Amino acid sequence: MNDKQHPVSQGTAASELPRAVLPNVDVFEDASGITLLADMPGVRREQLELKVEGDALVIEGVVQPFTPEGLEAIYAEVRVPQYRRSFTLSRELDTARIEASLKDGVLTLRIPKQEHAQPRRIAVSVG
Amino acid sequence: MYESFLNYPSSLFGQFERLRRELDDAFGVSGLASSIRSATPGTAPAVNVGRTSTSVEVYAFAPGLDAGKIDVTLDRGVLRISGERASGIPAGERAVQVYTRERSVGSFTRAIALPDDVDPARVEARYRDGVLQVSIALRESAQPKRITVQ
Repeated sequence: MNDKQHPVSQGTAASELPRAVLPNVDVFEDASGITLLADMPGVRREQLELKVEGDALVIEGVVQPFTPEGLEAIYAEVRVPQYRRSFTLSRELDTARIEASLKDGVLTLRIPKQEHAQPRRIAVSVG
Repeated sequence: MYESFLNYPSSLFGQFERLRRELDDAFGVSGLASSIRSATPGTAPAVNVGRTSTSVEVYAFAPGLDAGKIDVTLDRGVLRISGERASGIPAGERAVQVYTRERSVGSFTRAIALPDDVDPARVEARYRDGVLQVSIALRESAQPKRITVQ
């Protein structure tokens, strides 16, 4: 699984992030918050990074190489060993109470809404 | 090389043609004969196949599976991996608004033709962190041996 064409950036400029693959996600919302499921096969808890920077949520994971010594690739559909995807969150989401779990390569993120942002029915007055 | 307007490199269409060719090369459909069991690039789950001097290693990137329900069979040199994944999106009474649904759902099968020198009696499969790793040892007679010179 060594990707010999993987361009490793030596500099640390923010614009020179190493090439990464977008993980597939399912995003759905219910009354109390948003749930995000991301497919990141091969990523272990120690190699997973979740960051909230301002209103941006970034999920990053490095595929843990567990290939045996001297493995020679014959056919590779997955060549880039890194996942990264970022999302812009809206202000009614409570980023301090994000819950995350990782099982069998699936990341589950639960982002609750701020207490005061739970849906309220607004009465419409007539006249 | 430039018979067609599409092939002229500096034209607007030339850019798209070059991109198409680069993508074809990246995904291996450049016109070389591909295995009859090849899947369209992008079929889930993605598979990597590699080889060491003593085994053939197959990795299937299939997160969120129940390990007991993955089916791995080796029949006449063809390794078949199949399984099923349920959607993670709750259905039913709880009102849920779905924004994005990219993760593959349902049953899948991938078939990989293995080289002739594998030993079908020595296969190991392991599911870890969403990656199914199948290791098929090569036949003893096919492994490289060091011959000492008298």
